[in-house]
Amino acid sequence: MGRPFELSDPARARQLADAITILAPPTSVKIVHVCGTHEMAITQSGLRRFLPSTVQVLEGPGCPVCVTSTADIDAAIQIAEAGAVVCTFGDMTRVPGTRLTLEGARSKGCDIRVVLSSADAVRIARETAQDVMFFAVGFETTAPMTAAVLLDDPPANLSVLVAHKKIPEAMAVLLDLPGTAIDGYLAPGHVSTIIGLDPYTRHLGRFAIPVVIGGFEPLDILYAIALILRQLHDGRGIVENGFPRAVAPEGNSAARTLIDAVFESTAVAWRGIGEIPDSGYRLREPFAQFDARARFDVRGEVGEEEIPGCRCADVLTARATPAECPLFGRRCTPLSPVGPCMVGSEGACSIWFRYGGRELP
Amino acid sequence: MTESTDRISPLHGAGGEMMEQLLAEHVMPHFAARSVGRIDVTAMDDGATLRLPSEGELVVTTDSHVVKPVFFPGGDIGTLAAAGTLNDLAVMGARPLAITLAVILEEDFAMADIDRIVQSFAGVLAESDVAVACGDTKVMGRGELDGIAINTTGIGVAERAISDAGAEEGDAILVSGTIGDHGMALLAAREAFRLETELCSDVASIWPMVRSILPIGGLHAMKDPTRGGLAAALNEMARKSGTTMEIEQAAIPIREAVVGLSDMLGISPLEVANEGKAILIVAPETAEDVLAALRSHPLGQAAAVIGRVGSSHPGRVVVTTPVRGRRFLDMPLGDPVPRIC
Amino acid sequence: MCLAAPAKVISITDREAVVDYNGVRTTARLDTLAEPLAPGDYVLIHTGFAIRRLSPEDGEATLRLFDELANSLDLNDASSSENAEHSRAGNEQQPQTTSDS
Repeated sequence: MGRPFELSDPARARQLADAITILAPPTSVKIVHVCGTHEMAITQSGLRRFLPSTVQVLEGPGCPVCVTSTADIDAAIQIAEAGAVVCTFGDMTRVPGTRLTLEGARSKGCDIRVVLSSADAVRIARETAQDVMFFAVGFETTAPMTAAVLLDDPPANLSVLVAHKKIPEAMAVLLDLPGTAIDGYLAPGHVSTIIGLDPYTRHLGRFAIPVVIGGFEPLDILYAIALILRQLHDGRGIVENGFPRAVAPEGNSAARTLIDAVFESTAVAWRGIGEIPDSGYRLREPFAQFDARARFDVRGEVGEEEIPGCRCADVLTARATPAECPLFGRRCTPLSPVGPCMVGSEGACSIWFRYGGRELP
Repeated sequence: MTESTDRISPLHGAGGEMMEQLLAEHVMPHFAARSVGRIDVTAMDDGATLRLPSEGELVVTTDSHVVKPVFFPGGDIGTLAAAGTLNDLAVMGARPLAITLAVILEEDFAMADIDRIVQSFAGVLAESDVAVACGDTKVMGRGELDGIAINTTGIGVAERAISDAGAEEGDAILVSGTIGDHGMALLAAREAFRLETELCSDVASIWPMVRSILPIGGLHAMKDPTRGGLAAALNEMARKSGTTMEIEQAAIPIREAVVGLSDMLGISPLEVANEGKAILIVAPETAEDVLAALRSHPLGQAAAVIGRVGSSHPGRVVVTTPVRGRRFLDMPLGDPVPRIC
Repeated sequence: MCLAAPAKVISITDREAVVDYNGVRTTARLDTLAEPLAPGDYVLIHTGFAIRRLSPEDGEATLRLFDELANSLDLNDASSSENAEHSRAGNEQQPQTTSDS
């Protein structure tokens, strides 16, 4: 068909599925991934059909869109209502804040623009005298791009609402929670392109469970699952690179240098989980003038995210299935999501709802 | 006689001389050639008459059209309005007879743009030998409407109209060409995205192509996959017939540029609009003949069998993926947006 | 966060590249790339910035990794494949539906 690096040959998929079956233990195994793109790829390719029923692959708090806090969305809307042009990635526009989504704010007259890049926000800022705010969401894959534009003589009317998060810290928190019973992690491929293997070793090494970095082609994912099962079979629990064509052990130093120049770590709130120390970024002092929260005097509470009845925290940490949440399918549906698990097309509850539960065709 | 202006003013919708001038100079010249009734559009009467065939079923359809940008690669709102309505008739198996044209314009809309749009509209009609029966013009104030909105009602006649609900187990599922072109072309054309591509909308009247396959027979259901794309249309057809649409993803014809855009934006070609395509559900005995007939028409060269109608999951669409996994293809929830994750 | 697609590099100026995704062209920034890039290379792009150079050989190397795994489990002949099929059939349960569907 002509996609470069298309890895979807059915015969090899069969072979990898066989490997998975041979390596899978007789008892159940819970593998958790933390990437919306992994869930999309698994779902779009129908990969769960290749797995024996004892092997579960579940989505954890992996979608930075889904785990952006209500307070951050409220802040973005507040800034839009103050008259700024708000530039955002497309999948953020449907995430609910306390009152509205960004899409809802647009219907009320706010200037909300979908951009594909932080560079687009800069372009827009250069073309207008108005305040332009860039809603900087994403994990370590996306933080370098925000850093790059801030280091590149940005226009004075640009500001950034920093909502970037760091995933290895969250992966560790999950393992510390009682009852999560995670046997292995499928680690996010493109985040790893940036951060390399070290952060996983640092944060997850003490748990001694398999952490395998996986790519996003169907065969990449089956391969990474097979590697996790091989480690379990061999009684190992280490960080392993299952995506070497895109991940160097040391990661991408140029990107990390940009991050380090502009950001420092800080505690941030993860929707559905609450505050996790050192799991997010904030602007370093030399860039504080671009901080949107300061510029627009945003008032908002940061802290525990709790909606009565919502069990997103348990679903995100793979301790409950969506069907076990009292709001699921009643108050909370893909068209009117309450918690992050139902948001967008990659949320665990959204997928469960639309695919009729654990039923596979 | 008042002077011509190059922009729309409220007077153009007020029913007086300005409106008559607008119609006489910019609209009617395109439509005078075709007539389907004793009192036709050139009479500019309160209504128009239509000569109807004595046999068959009368089919009527209506659509309102708003599209941004108004001018896009491959067409404009005029092309879209005409083709959209003629295609709705075509996928009912109906020969189009006449179309109405009601236009609402925002004050300050450029006359030159109206010329282009009406010309595009008329061009599509001419290809399928369809007449404009009657029309209407209104003007709204600056800021009260975003540019232009068009409503069209199409009237056609079918020997026996074909619904979208008639799929039967064992039928072949065909598409008449490449999927995702219009929706992706419009996304790519968004100035803010700064993308360069030759990808164009597929907007076109498919009636000439559909007309050529009707005599073959065995056509159990048809639908045009517009908003919501192939995914929405297949789900509707599955629900209404209580059957399963079993689809081979690798068999769906998709242009390389559409694949490229899909990878870049994270938007599935199966969920975006098509404006020059049909889904055809055909009895197994005639499926090959229908396919051959489609492929011999310029608009159907990429036609393909993409699946079979089954019964394992009534009302659902099941896809076998290129890697031979299986999954449900669900009804899209809204207009697709570019993703980062 | 993870959506990144490979594109072919057409030309490079200063710190931007013109790239091509199967016939769709756009530009990508290179500030975030650690490696030197040349026209004809492939590059992984996330939100308009390059994050990793790829070459077609990388695709080949990936397939060899898959082969190594298969070989280590003696999976390359048909009989192993059949045994695995039976084993999987034994592990599979009937599809279940949710109670309120």
